[in-house]
Amino acid sequence: MSLTRKDVEGIAHLARLEISEAQLPVYVESLSKILSFVEQLNAAQTTGVEPMAHPLAGEAQRLRPDEVTEQDQHVKYQANAVSVAAGLYVVPKVIE
Amino acid sequence: MTDTATPMNAAATGDWEVVIGLEIHAQLATRSKIFSGSATEYGASPNSQANLVDLGYPGVLPVLNAEAVRMAVKFGLATGATIASTSVFARKNYFYPDLPKGYQISQYERPIVERGSLEILLEDGTHKVVGITRAHLEEDAGKSMHEGLLNSSGIDLNRAGTPLLEIVSEPDMRSAKEAVSYLKKMHTLVRYLEICDGNMQEGSFRCDANVSVRRRGAEKFGTRCEIKNVNSFRYVEKAINYEVLRQIDVLEGGGTIRQETRLYDSAKDETRPMRSKEEANDYRYFPDPDLLPVVIAADFIDSVRATLPELPDQKAARFAAQYGLQIYDAGVLTASRELANYYEAVVQKLAGDALGAKLAANWVMGDFSGFLNRDGLELAAAKVSAESLAGLLIRIIDQTISGKIAKDVFEQMWADGSDADVVIEAKGLRQITDTTEIEQAIDNVMAANSNQLNDYRSGKDKLFGFFVGQVMKATGGKANPAQLNELLKKKLSA
Repeated sequence: MSLTRKDVEGIAHLARLEISEAQLPVYVESLSKILSFVEQLNAAQTTGVEPMAHPLAGEAQRLRPDEVTEQDQHVKYQANAVSVAAGLYVVPKVIE
Repeated sequence: MTDTATPMNAAATGDWEVVIGLEIHAQLATRSKIFSGSATEYGASPNSQANLVDLGYPGVLPVLNAEAVRMAVKFGLATGATIASTSVFARKNYFYPDLPKGYQISQYERPIVERGSLEILLEDGTHKVVGITRAHLEEDAGKSMHEGLLNSSGIDLNRAGTPLLEIVSEPDMRSAKEAVSYLKKMHTLVRYLEICDGNMQEGSFRCDANVSVRRRGAEKFGTRCEIKNVNSFRYVEKAINYEVLRQIDVLEGGGTIRQETRLYDSAKDETRPMRSKEEANDYRYFPDPDLLPVVIAADFIDSVRATLPELPDQKAARFAAQYGLQIYDAGVLTASRELANYYEAVVQKLAGDALGAKLAANWVMGDFSGFLNRDGLELAAAKVSAESLAGLLIRIIDQTISGKIAKDVFEQMWADGSDADVVIEAKGLRQITDTTEIEQAIDNVMAANSNQLNDYRSGKDKLFGFFVGQVMKATGGKANPAQLNELLKKKLSA
């Protein structure tokens, strides 16, 4: 399977990665190679096999009782934030 | 072109059929978050309820809240849906500052609830069954704030990780009114089930509407637009109506509808396209490796079924049968569990009186609900208790006061919480049932209005009302109406 330049640009945008003109062809080629490698899996016969959501087959999700166990520690957590004001994390403006 | 000022009705959409599906987000009333032990209380100071799991720190592990699962199952059972014996959480990937992990934990391929339905009552009195495609568990995102910040936004992640049940309907609704009716019914149901507080102002119950139009008789659906987060019943109706007319305008003008997400602006009463998230439609869902499949055993489902309360439809049917009410009235009285309980408490105090149930229904739906609305009060905050309202109705039934005077008494009871008997005595409102006293008043009125009396006797029947009014005035409205009518008729034609 081979990706186009446009595919790679789209993927980079979804991942919010900035890729330079010079790097683009490199990614097009190397990502295509990775996909082709993984594509070999399509040769496996999977008719009638139920897809697994998790490698731990037969295990079920543990549930937690509905109890508040956490304290307010926002000052500590915000110590490594870039910018904080009035308890809020401050980020570049987002508008709808 | 369709005139956008035309009020919405079938004629306004002419050749076009409206198709609506709703996605409702009901915030589940758990104490802690869906995957962490943070509190979910509304209105806490910013980020005071966001811990490492909610903040998406590396190395943390989400653990599912048992209560959220129980509530989802309860909802599924109440809507006659299938509860998945195994359901799976998935990551929905997108970038937004209020989503610290870069993905929302939701459910995609195997939701916990599938294929339910909800019956709604239409304006013409008929019923309609709206299909529920699915209901899945997911976490809420945080909130962005823009006020008072220059070129930046403030993020409060207290809401991040709050459990939501997203309820997706089939595209079964054919008008904004039907959509609102479905939304209201769902609002009633989640509160009956006590899985959501239904507070729309605080965002505990939100709705996105998928709207499209197609030529009547067409089989294929038109291209739909999604209207995001409309936070009141009234705005849902207005937003849909605006959007329907916009789409018809575009199509009749030869244009095509672009599939997009639109926001409703209540100040301008219009929808407009959202700027972002347009290209973010590629969410790249995949099963969340941090969470194992959720296995729900049959005996657990049975134990939840045993906790189901009497549901709104069942209660309304019982009210109609047991209390001799119209089904519409029964529906109004059972719109919330609190109101239904209040009504039943009033009726119990009037036990044994055939008219009591109907009288109580009129008062609870009428003055009582009207005053709650007028003052914007929750039922629990009303000063007139069920017992106290029953006390007033007993005085109507035993003819101590007329229904009209009762309204004045109620006004006083509402204001200061006093009992009906206290108000009646203090204000001297006791109805005059003494025949002699009423006759005396009638005689006085007849003597003072000889012209009208002559007119009446020479055939002007309409003047009867005039005499009733005059006698009522003379007795301060306290004459027993039935007695007054009877005595007056006798005297006038004597």
